[in-house]
Amino acid sequence: MAEMDTSSSGGHKKGPGVKKGKKLSTRIDLTPMVDLGFLLITFFMYTTTLQKPKTMEINMPYKDDNIKEEEQSKVKESTAMTILLSKNHRIYYYEGIGSDPTKPPELQVTYFKPKGGIRDAIIEKEKKVDELKRSGALTAKDQATILIKPDSTSTYEDLVNILDEMSINDVRIYAIVDITDVDRDFIKATEQANGGQ
Amino acid sequence: MPRKSTNVDMTAMCDVAFLLLTFFMLATKFKPDEPVTVVTPNSISEIPLPDADIMMITVDPKGRIFFSIDNQLKRKDLINDVDEYKKLGLTEQEKNSFAIGSSIGVPFSQLKSFLAASPDQQKEMNRSAAGVPVDTTNTSDANELAAWIRMARNTNPKLRITIKADNNATYPEVNKVIKTLEGWKIFKFNLITGLKAVPPGTAAYQVSQGKQPQ
Repeated sequence: MAEMDTSSSGGHKKGPGVKKGKKLSTRIDLTPMVDLGFLLITFFMYTTTLQKPKTMEINMPYKDDNIKEEEQSKVKESTAMTILLSKNHRIYYYEGIGSDPTKPPELQVTYFKPKGGIRDAIIEKEKKVDELKRSGALTAKDQATILIKPDSTSTYEDLVNILDEMSINDVRIYAIVDITDVDRDFIKATEQANGGQ
Repeated sequence: MPRKSTNVDMTAMCDVAFLLLTFFMLATKFKPDEPVTVVTPNSISEIPLPDADIMMITVDPKGRIFFSIDNQLKRKDLINDVDEYKKLGLTEQEKNSFAIGSSIGVPFSQLKSFLAASPDQQKEMNRSAAGVPVDTTNTSDANELAAWIRMARNTNPKLRITIKADNNATYPEVNKVIKTLEGWKIFKFNLITGLKAVPPGTAAYQVSQGKQPQ
């Protein structure tokens, strides 16, 4: 514990000297101070967080019940790609907007992998659109457009991940749209063709 | 050999301890009192969460919805409006309990008993609460979230709407919240995410390095 050295050889005290004629030196044991310090550190470690939450800005397409369905047809088939989010983080995608009932689109399956996943598919689509612009089939104002249709079995994480892929790949035009029964049928057909998974 | 003293000079240790303490005090923020733990997904977005005027709609993994706004004075105004509109008969003490509390996850019918409870009891209630009810249309009485949002925006028109949902919250539950917001013509809002690094070799990576994306 703290000790008082009353021998006259001491003399490290800062305060006014004792008038008794004996110089007292105090040596304080700092162990409890260190305990207190670590206690406070542990308190702050548990109750605070280093991570500042970030936000992602979302702009949903303007919806007004008075506007008729003219908006739908404004997306050009050749610029568009539809992404369907399904269960277990599975993604189906196809070219175009799937509006032609005589030519059902071919669904491809992928996942959120850094290589060979949806990112590569999106980059491919952007390259195709660039080629079409160079060959003159599309004007300079046309850009790759992606329609995101989450199924009822997908999770919020899938949605955020796909929106993140939009900003990672610099896709400027995209929209979150309700999934249609037609798309659900496509998914069912693909699942059955692949052994009902 | 004579025994040597084992008194260690603890000054250095004390310095280290207080340095670490100062670091934690300055670099961190207190974790906000959450009724439920939500693990948010990560994104490359670096936009920081604004400090004030936030409305937070929390969706937990089971799809329960919790609602809160910041600023105690605005919370007091909000609870006054809610009390008038829904005729809940809240006492001053219950209103104050709302003002200093965090999120609400109970329907209006249980709000009075929730606010009358002590903070510990409220924590217990939040664990089993059903969340704020939400519905497909904004005009139905069952969509209490729509009512909360409307009244909150009345008390603070500058409110920014943020959604904090868990990774495993199903899309239909989050979609109900989004549809409710769209019902009030709110098309711009924020999703709270954690930060993840920009993957190399992508367009966003090139932008971050200062080059033009190809």
